[in-house]
Amino acid sequence: MQLNRDDLLRAWREMRTIRAFEEHVHTEFAAGGIPGFVHLYAGEEASAVGVCMHLSDRDVIASTHRGHGHCIAKGCDVKAMMREIFGRAGGLCAGKGGSMHIADISRGMLGANGIVGGAPPLVCGAALTAKVRGTGGVAIAFCGDGGANQGTTAEGMNLASVWKLPAIFVIEDNGYAESTASAWSLAGDPVKRAEGYGMPGTRVDGRDFFAVHEAAGEAIERARKGEGPSLLHVKLERFFGHFEGDAMTYRAADEVARLRAERDCLASFRRRVTEAGLLDGAALDAIDREAAALIDEAVSEAKAAAFPRPAELLTDVYVSY
Amino acid sequence: MPKKSFRQAVNEALRQEMERDPSVVVMGEDIAGGMGAPGEDDAWGGPLGVTKGLLAQFGRGRVLDTPISESAFIGAAAGAAATGLRPVADLMFVDFMGVCFDQIFNQAAKFRYMFGGKAKTPMVIRTMYGAGFRAASQHSQCLYPVFTHIPGLKVAIPSSPYEAKGLMIQAIRDDDPVIFFEHKAMYDDEEEVPDEAYTIPFGEANFLREGEDVTIVAIGRMVKFAREAADQLAREKIDCTVLDPRTTSPLDIGSILESVRETGRLVVVDEANPRCNMATDISAQAAEQAFDALKAPIRMVSPPHVPVPFSPALEDEFIPSVEKIGAAVRSVMAAPARRAA
Repeated sequence: MQLNRDDLLRAWREMRTIRAFEEHVHTEFAAGGIPGFVHLYAGEEASAVGVCMHLSDRDVIASTHRGHGHCIAKGCDVKAMMREIFGRAGGLCAGKGGSMHIADISRGMLGANGIVGGAPPLVCGAALTAKVRGTGGVAIAFCGDGGANQGTTAEGMNLASVWKLPAIFVIEDNGYAESTASAWSLAGDPVKRAEGYGMPGTRVDGRDFFAVHEAAGEAIERARKGEGPSLLHVKLERFFGHFEGDAMTYRAADEVARLRAERDCLASFRRRVTEAGLLDGAALDAIDREAAALIDEAVSEAKAAAFPRPAELLTDVYVSY
Repeated sequence: MPKKSFRQAVNEALRQEMERDPSVVVMGEDIAGGMGAPGEDDAWGGPLGVTKGLLAQFGRGRVLDTPISESAFIGAAAGAAATGLRPVADLMFVDFMGVCFDQIFNQAAKFRYMFGGKAKTPMVIRTMYGAGFRAASQHSQCLYPVFTHIPGLKVAIPSSPYEAKGLMIQAIRDDDPVIFFEHKAMYDDEEEVPDEAYTIPFGEANFLREGEDVTIVAIGRMVKFAREAADQLAREKIDCTVLDPRTTSPLDIGSILESVRETGRLVVVDEANPRCNMATDISAQAAEQAFDALKAPIRMVSPPHVPVPFSPALEDEFIPSVEKIGAAVRSVMAAPARRAA
């Protein structure tokens, strides 16, 4: 897929929206307004957007506990997302899911997932649906370097190959499974794991939106043509802790500051498109302001929203019972 | 009406629903069998032949053999259900839930609630349970209490071929995830089963016999044992009601309590291990809600709290028997009537 000016503006808007969303959630969580656990995606935006730019509502993704970025890239309503994270009525999941289970099946977003390695088998099913019904859709499992080590990922990759499913496994390797370095926990090479299951595997620099976009495009095209699954091993950076409140004592003292300075996928994108004369700084700045304003609004609306009524505790367990 | 085996009844339910609805697919290990092998297609038709013939009629696109990889294909069934298919996945032995339970209880069961009512997960997991096959500890358990414990799941446990067909068709048409338990020692049981498709609603207990002395609630294969016991007891002038809940989630506690209020005595027969099984659950609800009606202590007939043994001599001792049910009923009849407070 060639990227025209509108595509580039859209990519920037989505990545900036994710960054603004996560920065705001960081602040609001620290202020005590957000219940539970949140896991932020800042630093990884080029992966979600580079992949999901190729998708429409007929395509399905399933995500990780670090799922806000995937939701936004897949078209979920950011205001409803923010209400959900604040546990309010009118949240994307009616306040019953929260950050770790945020989902919108109508947009092909099969959920963030509180279980590490939860997504790959589910995505095999979504890909099977596309195949049986002949929709031409694909299904994508986002999975961290931690999830890559779960048996569900190995089983999902095997089944996807055996059934020749239109499925893609995107391993987002941000260097840490919780506090444990992927350099230690991820044995061998995920790309070779893909080869072991008879599917193409590609390593991609997650700082580079264009590299992610191109590699994802090839994998998705292959899947749409009925040629089976692929794997992308995306090397990227996590700007916040595993969860909000994580003091990150396991990281080098200057590590995050250095990564923000040297490995920011947004800075890289901005430099690329302005230096090449594809977009001018003013257009990007305008989008930055709009994204920030949208998230400001989302936060104030979420804080003003009512909590779910107690009676809603008992609804939505079954379709009928 | 033609007599059919439990195996034929389930097969017919699957076939009729696959004919009716193209979104129904079946998947599992050896569900056809012989996939990729040089011999016959549909070599097994399921481990015990329940799905035999579906491959020839519906083809590989809807009859999906899987690798031995329960996490992957049970999870795939959940993902497929949430995106528009109605999969029926065969978890060969329920004991194998140990390698795929996350996909059942954290994923499929919770989609609807976690996603604020916007998900629908119409999947069925067929699974074999129960002792009596000399299959030892890892192929003989009755794990339905574990599934019954999880909100979001429905649990059907048919007690005969007629029940199996109607409950399976209901399970496939149901929009929630259903765990469908087939007792491995019942596949050759036969009874009259209509040719046409029919459903049996979930959460409606079946009164198999009505008597005024004792209510016997029994689950799955134990229903047959309870009826035999009731026949023998009738010769001793003890009249029993025998009640089959059919589904443990939803559970028709209303019918159970109604019967207990009439008889004043309750015996619950459950092949599952005794701690936190259906017998304890039903007994607790009866004690809480119908204590005033009880004329005698509730009795539970379950195996001891041990794994299922291998040796026939030990396994036969493990399984609740007609004799043990009879003894439990006689003991509640012999119990002195409770004094008024």
